[in-house]
Amino acid sequence: MIYRIDILPKTEVATAKIFSQVKDLGIAGDVFVSSRKVYLIEADIPESDINLIAKDLLIDPVVESYQLTKGIFSEPPDQNQILITYNPGVCDNIALSLSKAIKDLSLTVKAARTAKFYQFQGLTLEDIDYVAPKTLFNPLIEHILDYEKVKDLDTLDEFAGMDYEFKLITLDIINAPDDKLLEISESGCLSLSLDEMKIIQDYFKKLNRNPTDCELETVATLWSEHCAHKTFRGIINYQEKDSCGKIIKEEKIDNLLKATIMKATREINSSDCVSVFDDNSGVVKFDDKNNICFKVETHNHPSSLEPYGGASTGIGGVIRDILGTGCAARPFASIDVFCFSPWDIPYHDLPHGLLHPKRVIDGVVRGVRDYGNRMGIPTVAGSVLFDERFLGNPLVYCGTLGILPKEKSFKKVESGDLVILCGAKTGRDGVHGATFSSKELDEQTVALTSAVQIGNAIEEKKVTEAILRARDKNLFDAITDCGAGGISSAITELGGEHGVKVDLDKVPLKYRGLTYTEIWISESQERMVFFAKEKDMAELEAIFKEEDVELTVVGEVTGDHKLTLLYNENKVCELDMDFIFILPKLAKDAVWVKQEESLPEPEERGDCNQDLKDLLKSPNIACKDWILRQYDHEVGGGSVTKSIYGVESLSVANAAVVRPDLNSEKCVTIGLGINPFYSDIDPYWMAALAIDEAMRNVVSSGGKLNKTYILDNFSWGSPLDQKILGGLVRASYACYDFSTYLKVPFISGKDSLYNEYTVKDKRISIPGTLLISAVSIMESWRKTITPAFKKEGSLLYLIGVTKNELGASEYFRGKNITTGNVPKIEKDSALTIFNNLSQAIEKGLVLACHDLSEGGLAVTASEMAMSSGLGATIFLSEVPVKGAVGVVERLFSESPTRFLVEVDQSKKNDFQRALGDIPFGLVGCVSSVEQLIILDGEEKVIDTSINSLRDAWTARFKKFRFDQ
Amino acid sequence: MKPRALIFRTAGINCDKESVHAFEMAGADVDLFHINYLKEKEIISNYQILCIPGGFSYGDDLGAGKILSLEFSLWFKDQLHKFIDKGGLVIGICNGFQVMVKMGILPDVDFSQKVTLTENDSARFETRWVYLKVENTSSAWLKGLANIIALPIAHGEGKFYTDKENLVRIESNNRVAFRYVDRCGSPVGYPLNPNGSLGGIAGITDASGRILGLMPHPERFVFKHQHPFWMSEDHVPFGLQMFKNAVKYFE
Repeated sequence: MIYRIDILPKTEVATAKIFSQVKDLGIAGDVFVSSRKVYLIEADIPESDINLIAKDLLIDPVVESYQLTKGIFSEPPDQNQILITYNPGVCDNIALSLSKAIKDLSLTVKAARTAKFYQFQGLTLEDIDYVAPKTLFNPLIEHILDYEKVKDLDTLDEFAGMDYEFKLITLDIINAPDDKLLEISESGCLSLSLDEMKIIQDYFKKLNRNPTDCELETVATLWSEHCAHKTFRGIINYQEKDSCGKIIKEEKIDNLLKATIMKATREINSSDCVSVFDDNSGVVKFDDKNNICFKVETHNHPSSLEPYGGASTGIGGVIRDILGTGCAARPFASIDVFCFSPWDIPYHDLPHGLLHPKRVIDGVVRGVRDYGNRMGIPTVAGSVLFDERFLGNPLVYCGTLGILPKEKSFKKVESGDLVILCGAKTGRDGVHGATFSSKELDEQTVALTSAVQIGNAIEEKKVTEAILRARDKNLFDAITDCGAGGISSAITELGGEHGVKVDLDKVPLKYRGLTYTEIWISESQERMVFFAKEKDMAELEAIFKEEDVELTVVGEVTGDHKLTLLYNENKVCELDMDFIFILPKLAKDAVWVKQEESLPEPEERGDCNQDLKDLLKSPNIACKDWILRQYDHEVGGGSVTKSIYGVESLSVANAAVVRPDLNSEKCVTIGLGINPFYSDIDPYWMAALAIDEAMRNVVSSGGKLNKTYILDNFSWGSPLDQKILGGLVRASYACYDFSTYLKVPFISGKDSLYNEYTVKDKRISIPGTLLISAVSIMESWRKTITPAFKKEGSLLYLIGVTKNELGASEYFRGKNITTGNVPKIEKDSALTIFNNLSQAIEKGLVLACHDLSEGGLAVTASEMAMSSGLGATIFLSEVPVKGAVGVVERLFSESPTRFLVEVDQSKKNDFQRALGDIPFGLVGCVSSVEQLIILDGEEKVIDTSINSLRDAWTARFKKFRFDQ
Repeated sequence: MKPRALIFRTAGINCDKESVHAFEMAGADVDLFHINYLKEKEIISNYQILCIPGGFSYGDDLGAGKILSLEFSLWFKDQLHKFIDKGGLVIGICNGFQVMVKMGILPDVDFSQKVTLTENDSARFETRWVYLKVENTSSAWLKGLANIIALPIAHGEGKFYTDKENLVRIESNNRVAFRYVDRCGSPVGYPLNPNGSLGGIAGITDASGRILGLMPHPERFVFKHQHPFWMSEDHVPFGLQMFKNAVKYFE
C-alpha cells in the first residue's frame, strides 16, 4: 500500500522566487504559484501508524498540518497541478532521513520517497509545460509523475524485477583490426585512442586471451584524462612563432607538469613541504604537532548539467580528498571560485540545451552552501567572475584545507591488509557502462546510467567523524577517497605497489541489478576506501556502528602485483599492476604566435567619478556579500578575517584568515588569484598575474612568501587545438618562472581540459583560466591586517610601479576597448616589494593594507574607505610611475605587485626605512570626512561621498541580495 | 571541583568542537558523546551542564532539529526530567534550540511543542552578526552581561513563531532571553532581525532561567578575533561570559 502525505502550511504563501522566474520567462499577467512538500510511503502497517509518522515526524505542528491519502494520486490531479519526484537512482536524502526516523519510532515501512506538489494560477497548460522544466525541476534528475502511469502503482520500488544474473562478458580484441578496436573504444565510451587500444591488444595477445569488459573499463579509467592527465604528462611538440609566422622557439616537452610546475617545486626544495604532488592533496608543515593540507578541484561539466548537484558533489569530492590525505586529515575550511556567464541574457536567446545563467548561478551557490554548511566546514573565501564564454561551460572550483597530525601524513600499505569500503552504498551513479552499447540502452537504463548525483552531506559528515575517530586510535594505515572511477581507481591506486584482490559481490548496493563492472566503476558519492589489519576490525566496527556508517571488508592486499576481481568467486579481472600503471605517452602539437606589443598613449580621461562608480558596479568587482552570507563561514570558530564582513555596513578583506586549531595561535591565510581575461592577450601573463594576485592577497593580510604554498588549477579548452594547447604551455612556463622567482612552491594541482561547447555548429572555448590558490602559515592571528582604514590623519602609501597596462583591464572591458598591453610583473622589484612590505607589517608599522587589482588604485581606495567609515585624499602626482602614464592609468591601471598602505604618522620614518629601495610614494592621507578625493595637480578628478560609492558597489546584486 | 558539562552530538551536529572549546575555556570539565553511545547508558545525571550544539542534525531533512528532538524524547525523556528537576543547566544553540522547542522543554519542560523556529522570511540560510538585547538578566546564563551584545547567527530556520496566547505568556513571564535590536537597543527589521522572528525573539528560557535556547552562537565569540571589527574596535567576547556564568553557577 502506498500512502501519500501532503504537508499543508497553516497560512499559504505564494512562492516569490518562482514568481520572479516565471516573469523572467516572459509570461505576463497575474501568476500565483504555491507548493507543498509531499511524502510517499509504502508500508503494510495500520493507517494509525502512518498518522503517527505524519504527526511526529513530518509536520511542525505550530505552523503546519497534513492530509493523508492512499495511492500516489487519490484522484486525477487538476490540470494546473503537478507532482515532481526524483528519477530512479537519484539520491533522495530526505527519504533516507525519513526512513531512519521511522526506524527510531520502531515502525517498519518498505520504502519512502519525497515529492513536491505545485499548483499554478494564471498559467495555461502550455505555460506550465514551458515553465516547469525551466524553473521547477531538472529533467536530468527529476520528472513529473504521470497520473496514468502511476495511478495503479502499489510499490515504490522503482527497481522491482531488475535482478542481475551473472554473465561474464569478454570483448574480442586480440584479433580485431584497427577500425574494430576504435569501434570498441567508442561504443563503450572508453575514450581510448587507437594507439592505446593497440597497446592493450598487445598485452592481451601475450596473455593469449581476450579481456573482460571489466578489464577494459579498468584500463580506460586509469588511463583517462581525468585520472592520468594524459596531456600534461604526455609529449608536447611546442613551437613559438613571431607575428610573421617565423619559428622563434621549438621544444619537445616530455611531461609538461614535470617540466614546469613540479620542476619549480623540486628546485625550490623547501623543507616545509611534507608531501607534494603525491597524495590526494599537498601537505606542508604547520606547527610542531600538525601539518596542513590543501586541494582544489573543478566540477565544471557536472555543474553545467545540474548546477546544484554538480556543485554539491564538487565540494563533497574535494572534502574527501582531504579526508583521503595521508592517514586522514580533518577538513577545516573551504573556498570556491565560480566563472559564470552574465545573467541578463534573455531566455529566448539561450541556445537549446543550455541552462539559463541565473539558474546556474542559483544552483551552484545553493549546492556549495548546502553541502558545506551541513558538513560544518566554513566556506571562507571565493571569487566570482563573469564572461559570456562561460554560458555553456561554467567553471566551478571547490577547494578544501585540512589539518592532520604530523605522524599521520603518510600511508603505509602491507600485504595482508584488508580492503575496506565505507560510507554510502553503491549505485549506478556516474557509470558510463562499457557493457552497454548505446543501442541497447532502454529508457530506464539511460536515466540510470546518466544519473547526475546530488550529494548527501550528512553521510559524508558521518564518514568524516568515523574515520577521524578510527585514525586517532591508529586503526588503519592507508586511506583514499572514491572520486573519478570510484573504487576502481581508489583501490587500484592505493594497492598498486602490492596487488589487491576484491570480491565485488561484497560491495553494499543501493538497489539490485548492478553488473560486476558497474559495481567496480560506479562513482557513487560519499565513499572512502581504507586498508586495515584484521586485529583492529572489532574496534573499527564498534566506532562505525556508533557513528551509523556502513563498513564492509571487500578484499585484501595480496602482494602478487596483480589486480584480481571476483564476483561470486568468478574471476572477472586479472591484470598486472605494472601494465595498468605504465601509461602510454601520446604526442600532441602546440603552437603559440606572439603578438607584437604597441606603446600606447595615455587614455583620454572622461568623467572619472562616473568611471569609478561603473567599475564598482561591474559584476566582477561588485559586492557579493549575498553569496558569502549564505555560507556558514564562521562555523568552527576559527575565523580571524572574513572575506566580506560587517554588522550594518559591509567591509572587505584581502584574504580569509582562519585558525585551524583553537589551541594554537597560528593561523592560515588563503589567497586566490584568477583573471582569465588576460588570457586573451597572453596566457603567460595571465598565469603570472594569477600568482601575483594570490601573493598580494597573502602579503596584504600579514602573510609571508617564505611560508606560502600554491596550487594550480587549469581550466582549458581542447588540447587537440594546437593554439589552445600552445596557450597552456605558455601558462605552465609562467608558473615555473614565477614560482621559482618568488620561491613559492606548488604543492598540488589539477587540470580540467576540453572545456568547450558547440552552439549552432560554432565551437566556443572558454578563455584559458588558471586559478592560483595560496595558503600561507602565519605565526599568530594577532599579526593579521585588513584593508579598512583605521585612523583619521594617518598616511597613505602606494607601493609598486604604475604603468600603461590597461589591456584586458576592468576599465577597458567596461568600455569595450580591446587594445592595450597586458600588465607585466617587474622582476627586478616584485620580490623585494613583497618581502619588505611583509617586514614592515611584521614590525607593526602598518595599520591597513589592500592590494591593487581589478579597477586599480581608485577601486582599492574606495574599498578601504567603504570598509571603514573614513574617507581619504590622494594625490596622483605622488604615484610612482613608469612610461607614458596619465590620469586614467594612475587611477585604473592593473599593474601588478602594488599595495595601498595606511601608516600612522608617528611610524612614518620607520615605515619608509623598512621599505628600503622599493618604489613607493606617499600619496595621501585618511580623513574623518566620508569622502574620497583624488587630485590630479589641483584638480579633483574624483570627489565623491563614500556612501555613493557604497551604493554603486552594492547596486549590481541588489536583486540577488533581497529578492531571492 | 570543576562542574561537568556533557555535550551531545549526532549525525550532522557540527558546532560540537567549538562548544567543547568554549566550555573548557570557561573552566568546565567537558565530555562530548554521540547520542548512540548515550542511549545505552544512564549517565546524564553525572553532569551539571548539558549542551545541544548547532549544526544540521540529520540534515534537518524533516525540518530543523525534528528527528533529533524525537530521539531525545524517545531516549532521554526521563533522564532529562530528572536532570532538570535536580537543578542542572541546559543550553541549546541554534540547531540545539530548534531541538529543544520541538521536543518541548522550552518554554516549559512538559515535552509538548508550543513554539517553533521556522524558515527565515528571506527563505534562505544567512550568516551575519547581530545585536542582541539581553532581557532575562536573572537567568543563570545571562547574569552580568552588557545590556546590548553582539553575536553571530547562521541559520535558515530561525524565525521564532508561536500563537498569540503563548507569545503573551512568554513575554509577560520574563521568558525572553534575547531580542534582535539595532545598536541602540530599539526593535528592528531585516536584516538586523535576520529571520523575521516575532517580537525579535532570538532566545528564550524556561521559568527557572536555567534552560536557555538561542539562535545566535555564543561559542563563536570566545576570542577577540572572532568579532568582525576586532582590529578597529575593542569588544568583550560576550559568548565566553555566558559559558563562564554557567561554570560560576556551580562554584
